[in-house]
Amino acid sequence: MEQDVLPVGLERDARHLVTLEPGKAVLTRRNLVSAAASLAASGALGAAPGKAAAETIPSRPEWQQRPGAELMSPPYGAPSARESQVIRRARHGSPPPPTNYAGISLTPHQNLYGIVTPGGLHYERHHSGVPDIDPDQHRLLVHGLVERPLIFTMDDLTRFPSVSRLHFLECSGNTPTWGVPKPGLTVQDTHGLLSCSEWTGVPLATVLAEAGVRPEGKWLLAEGGDAAALTRSIPIEKAFDDALLVYAQNGERLRPEQGYPLRLLLPGFEGNTSIKWLRRLKIGTAPFQTRWETSKYSLVLPDQTIRQFDFVMDAKSVITSPSGGQSLKGTGFHEISGLAWSGRGKITRVEVSTDGGTSWHDAALQEPVLSKCLTRFRFPWQWEGAPARLASRSTDASGYVQPSRAALESIRDGRSYYHNNAIQTWAVAANGSVVNA
Amino acid sequence: MRKAAVLALALAAPGLVAASGSLQAQSLYHLGRAATSAEIAAWDIDISPDGAGLPPGHGSVAEGKAIYALKCAACHGDHGQGKPMDALAGGLGTVFDAKSVRTVGSFWPYATTLYDYIRRAMPFPEPQSLSDSEVYAVSAYVLNLSGIVPDTAVLDAASLAKIVMPNRDRFVHDAKIDIGQPQPGAVPAVR
Ligand code: HEC
Repeated sequence: MEQDVLPVGLERDARHLVTLEPGKAVLTRRNLVSAAASLAASGALGAAPGKAAAETIPSRPEWQQRPGAELMSPPYGAPSARESQVIRRARHGSPPPPTNYAGISLTPHQNLYGIVTPGGLHYERHHSGVPDIDPDQHRLLVHGLVERPLIFTMDDLTRFPSVSRLHFLECSGNTPTWGVPKPGLTVQDTHGLLSCSEWTGVPLATVLAEAGVRPEGKWLLAEGGDAAALTRSIPIEKAFDDALLVYAQNGERLRPEQGYPLRLLLPGFEGNTSIKWLRRLKIGTAPFQTRWETSKYSLVLPDQTIRQFDFVMDAKSVITSPSGGQSLKGTGFHEISGLAWSGRGKITRVEVSTDGGTSWHDAALQEPVLSKCLTRFRFPWQWEGAPARLASRSTDASGYVQPSRAALESIRDGRSYYHNNAIQTWAVAANGSVVNA
Repeated sequence: MRKAAVLALALAAPGLVAASGSLQAQSLYHLGRAATSAEIAAWDIDISPDGAGLPPGHGSVAEGKAIYALKCAACHGDHGQGKPMDALAGGLGTVFDAKSVRTVGSFWPYATTLYDYIRRAMPFPEPQSLSDSEVYAVSAYVLNLSGIVPDTAVLDAASLAKIVMPNRDRFVHDAKIDIGQPQPGAVPAVR
């Protein structure tokens, strides 16, 4: 089994098994056996190995000829400069925003792995810029229908018993791809208003209990400390269920664009309700009808009503690799990988189709599978070189099944804009190119 | 001694603190301080749809027109037609069309929301810089652009709360799941 070069199908995925000598790649017997075994176990081995592809790579590369960079260069580490294309950006295929202070930036899911979004790649949605808040001067006021109106400093809030939880955040304007698909879109364009972090803070219920919410208190107004002073009305049940007052994200204090020094986090609810730069909570009896729950984030329906307070993000999934704008380098083994999530709880099942939804196969779910959190799924695929249509469909613990685009568009259309959780399809052409379909 | 007791309670029954939230008569952690009524009044800027929170003061369409020309028109157009930013007027009757123009006049369900939003967030470069009476005036002008109040209108707390926006009854509070309904244990049916 000793071989000079790798079978083409193995070349990309088993590169770490290779010992490079000038001009040739060597695969040891032991490594080849284990690589073949794992492929066979995944049911993907079938095509014959392709032609040999020799490489010329120096045995003593430049970066081994002298010591590398000093320690702490820089003190707060940054990604490799060679990954400089992995950044947030505006949405392609949409007109440029009239101002850079109100708008969106998108997470590059095509370049990411696992379920945690790096802090610097978390999507942004701001309505009047990112404030630079001095945490020593930041206060949270809790008032309205409470026994004891209270003001908290950041020190007060970080002294409460804390919890850490992994949750996704998704803007309800994610995936505004109603109607005829635009071929040029990538997963960053179609699903980039979605990110996932480990959030640390104090349960909102703990802080509300300090103030003592009166029985008449049914709705809570949350207000941001940004220039828009953004406000949303939240049902009090959610506040006492799993809402968090968050001051840390992925182990460090919140990023400025994620609400530093304090934000609300409402797991599973549309992102806009998780008010950033939180400075005021007021308990009332009814919704306050703010601009962001009337003019925006309301759904215009075909029956000529306009639906408000549609908070929960329904079960959804998307294949991130391969996805729009990428291309398959050769036939043979390819892992189909993606993300699934639901605002109602855990993901229980993800199915993958390679024929545009005619047949479906169960994908493997990567542990941990957590409630209201991204779940990574994987499906081993042997591409024979024929055109294919890749799609994924998720089911959550409530039994909700992600709908097809046709099913969703039979009851709503682009007029409702928000909350599009339809199945996403990527078309693979015979030349390996992948486009939105 | 008291602190230790609190800690023991929280550790023994982590759910207790949260579950009893609305009933809790006493502070458990003694963190934070009482907010004074003056502090609350200074921060409490929201307006409810019944008009609660609307401040004293008043403003006319004519006064609003002058403020608008100076502080709003550059972004929202001379007559609220929009460009470069959101249109504030026009689009009446288009809300349910395939290509709808959603503006304060054609879409918004409450005039109180307009007062609340302008006061907290506009003019965009200088939010919370207008006086309460200036906000009444410019609200009156924006509503007048869509014919919702007459040229002669003067708005104050009482009159603004009484305005019925044309689209009001179309807004429904309905969070029903409209497709993919939960079917515990069921095999996915939607193809
Ligand atoms: C520098 C540009 C600028 C100026 C000046 C400005 N605005 Fe705005 N306005 C904006 C932007 C940007 C938005 C949208 C903000 C967002 O995306 O949340 C907006 C939104 C609005 C909206 C909500 C529109 C909707 O349908 O949701 C209203 C109402 C409004 N402005 C009124 C005013 C008034 C009244 C003034 C003058 C007192 C004013 N604006 C001055 C930029 C401006």
